[in-house]
Amino acid sequence: MSKKAAPGGSGGFDISRAWTDERARGVIFQLLLVLGLALLAAFIVSNTITNLREAGLSSGYGFLFDTSAFDINQRLVEYSSTSTYGQAFVVGALNTILVAVMGVVTATVIGFVAGVLRLSNNFLVSRIVAAWVEFTRNVPVLLQIIFWWLIMLALPRVRDSISFGDAAFLNNRGIFLPAPIFEDGSAIVLALILVGVVATVAVRYWARKRQDATGRTFPVGWAGLGLIVGVPLIVYFAVGQPLDFDIPEKKKFNLKGGFNVTPELVALWLALSTYTGAFISEIVRAGILSVSKGQTEAAGALGLRRGLTMRKIILPQALRVIIPPMTSQYLNLTKNSSLAVAIGYQDIVSIGDTILNQSGQALEVISLYMAFYLVLSLLTSAFMNWYNKRIALVER
Amino acid sequence: MTKYAFHRSRAEMLPERAPPLTSTGVIGWVRTNLFSSWLSAVLTVASIAVLALVLPGLIEWAFIDATLTGELGKDCPSEGACWAWLDQRITQFFYGFYPVESYWRVNVCLALLVPALAYMLFDKLPYARYGRWYSLAYPVIAAILLVGGLGLEVIRTDQFGGFMLNLIAGLVGIVLSLPIGILLALGRRSRMPIVRWFSVSFIEFIRGVPLITLLFVAIILLPLFLPPQVTLDQLIRVMIIITLFASAYMAEVIRGGLQAIPNGQYEAGQAMGLGYWQSMRLIILPQALKISIPGIVNTFIGLFKDTTLVIIIGLFDILGQARLLQTNPDWLGKVDYETFLLAALFFFVICFSMSRYSLNLEKRLDTTRR
Repeated sequence: MSKKAAPGGSGGFDISRAWTDERARGVIFQLLLVLGLALLAAFIVSNTITNLREAGLSSGYGFLFDTSAFDINQRLVEYSSTSTYGQAFVVGALNTILVAVMGVVTATVIGFVAGVLRLSNNFLVSRIVAAWVEFTRNVPVLLQIIFWWLIMLALPRVRDSISFGDAAFLNNRGIFLPAPIFEDGSAIVLALILVGVVATVAVRYWARKRQDATGRTFPVGWAGLGLIVGVPLIVYFAVGQPLDFDIPEKKKFNLKGGFNVTPELVALWLALSTYTGAFISEIVRAGILSVSKGQTEAAGALGLRRGLTMRKIILPQALRVIIPPMTSQYLNLTKNSSLAVAIGYQDIVSIGDTILNQSGQALEVISLYMAFYLVLSLLTSAFMNWYNKRIALVER
Repeated sequence: MTKYAFHRSRAEMLPERAPPLTSTGVIGWVRTNLFSSWLSAVLTVASIAVLALVLPGLIEWAFIDATLTGELGKDCPSEGACWAWLDQRITQFFYGFYPVESYWRVNVCLALLVPALAYMLFDKLPYARYGRWYSLAYPVIAAILLVGGLGLEVIRTDQFGGFMLNLIAGLVGIVLSLPIGILLALGRRSRMPIVRWFSVSFIEFIRGVPLITLLFVAIILLPLFLPPQVTLDQLIRVMIIITLFASAYMAEVIRGGLQAIPNGQYEAGQAMGLGYWQSMRLIILPQALKISIPGIVNTFIGLFKDTTLVIIIGLFDILGQARLLQTNPDWLGKVDYETFLLAALFFFVICFSMSRYSLNLEKRLDTTRR
C-alpha cells in the first residue's frame, strides 16, 4: 500500500481500505441489501409465474367483473347473486367498516366508564371492574368472539323470541329492530338537523371569541340542543310526522319485516367492544392518573365544581396521554374484526375467502385484503394524528 | 415573658381521645369505601345486586349441579356444567394428536425449559457460564425431542396440537422476534437511507394488516412463491409468519426505548472510540431494552394470545380442540361453555402472570416521583 488513503478526502480511493471507512461500508452494505432484495423479488416472481402457468391459472384483476353467484345476507348496499365479485368485495369492505365503527364507539364508551369506575374509591366497584378488565384482557379475542356467537345461537328460537314491547325481538337469528321508513318531508327534517349541527359549531366559535374578548360565557350546550334537536322536532310535527317504522311482525317460523342484525354481527360487535374496551379502560386509567393531584386541588382552589374540574382541567390534560395509545387500540379493533371469518360474519376477509375458493385468484384476493386494511389503517392514524395535534400542548 | 396576654401553658400532655366511632373499624371502613357519597352508595348497592345475581348461579352451574362422570354428552343433564369429558379429553387439550406413548417427550421438553428460562432471566445462578450455553442449545434439544430424529421416532408436525401448540408457537415467536425486532428498530433509526426505508416499510406494512391475512399468505401464497420441489412444513410457515408479525411490533416498542436514551449517551460512546455495534451493544441497547421491558412483555402477551388464530387455517390448538369437542356429535350442545372456560383459564393464568411481572418491573424501573 504505497498510496495514502484519506477517507472522504480528495485523494484517491483505496478499495482495500473500504471496510475501515464508515461511509464506504455503509454504501457497500446498502448496495448488498438492495441486491439481496432484488434477487429475492426476482426469485419469488419467477417462481410464481412458473407455478401459475403450471396450474393453468391466469393472473390479473379481471375476475372482479365476473358474476359472483353467491348470496350475502348481511349487506349495507344492493347486492344479489348476479352481482360481480367486485361488488361482493365492496359489500364485505362496508361490513368490516360497519363493525369497526360500531366497535370503536362502544369500546370507547365501555373503556371510559370502566376506567373511571376502576379509579373510584368505592372498594367493591373498583375490584369488580378490575377483575372483569383483567379477565377480558388476558383471554384471546378469538375465543371471546366464538363464545359470544355460541351464546347468540343458544338464544330462544323465533317462536319463543324475547320481545321488547312487541317492537323489537331477540332470538337465535339475531336482533330484529323496527326499520325507519322515510316519507315525503322527512328530507326537510334531516336537512334541518344538519343545519343545526353547522349552526351549533358556528355558535360555539362565536361564544369562544366573545368569552375571550369579554369574559362573558354563553350556554352553548343548550343552544346546540335547541338547534339540533328542538327545531327539527318542531318542524317534524309541523309537517305531519313524516317518519314511519316498519315493525317486525312475528310469524310462526320467522319474523317478517323490520331490520335484522345477524347474530354474527352482534357476537363480533360484543366481543370486539368488550375486549378493546378493557384495554381502553387501562389507557384511560393511566391517563387520568398521569394528571397530578395538584391540578385537582388548584381547580378546587379556584372554586370549580367537581364536574367542571373533570371537564375543563383533568380530561383535557389526560387526553394528551390517552389519544396516542387509543389510536393503536382502534387500529387493533379494526384488524381484529378480520377474525369474523371464524364465525362467518361476512366481512371483507370471509367474503374474500369465498371468492378465493370460487375463482382461485389467491394472489389477487389477498393483495386486495392487504390494500384495504393498509388504507384503513393509514386513514385512521391520519385522523387520530390530526386530532392529537389539535389537543396537544401548545408550548411557547 | 408576659408580653403575650393569651399565652397559656400546661404542664402535661392531654391524653389522646379515641377517634369518632364512625371513622374507624368496620363502620369507618364501610363508610369511606362503600358509602362515601350517594353515588358511591348507589354503585355499592348495584354491585351487590350484580354479585348476588351472578355468583350463586355461576357456582351452582359450575360446581353444585355439575356432572363429573359419564361417557357421553347425554349422560349430562341439561342444568349444570358438564365436566364428564375432562377425564377422556384433557390430554388432547394439552397434547393435541401427539402419540400417547410419546407424551413423555413433551413433558421432558417442558421440564428442560424451566432451567433454560431461568438462565436467561436471572444472572445470579450457579454455573451461569454453562447455563447460558445450555439456554442457547435448548431450542435444538427441544426440536429434536418434539419432532424426533437421532434415534427418536419422527412425529409429523400436523400431530402437534392443543395447548402445546400454542406454547411452541408462542415461545418460538417470542425468542426469535426479539433479535429481529432489535435489528428493525436500529434499522429504522439508521443513517443509511435504504436500510431505514426498508425497515420503515416492513414495520408499517406488517402493522397495517391483520395477522390472519399474513397467515393466509403463509398457507396459500408461500407455496406459489417457492419452487415446486420445495415444500415447507405448515407449522414452520406459521411460525415464520408469527415471528415476523411480532418482530414488527417489537421493533416499535424498542424504538420507543431507543428514543428515550439521551443523545449524550450516543456521543459518549463515540467519544470512547467505540464503533457503532460496540456502542450499541455496550451502552445504548442495555439501557433502551431495560426501559422497554414492559412493552416487550405486553407484545409477548399479545403474541401468545394471537397463536389461537391458527385454528382459522386448520391447525388444532387448544381452541381447535375445544371446537372439535363442541361439534362432536357425542357431546354436541353440552360442552360449549365448559371447554371454552378451560381454554380461557389456560390463557388467563399465563397472560395474567406475565402482565403482573411486567407491572412489577415497571414499578421497579420507574424512578420518577409523583
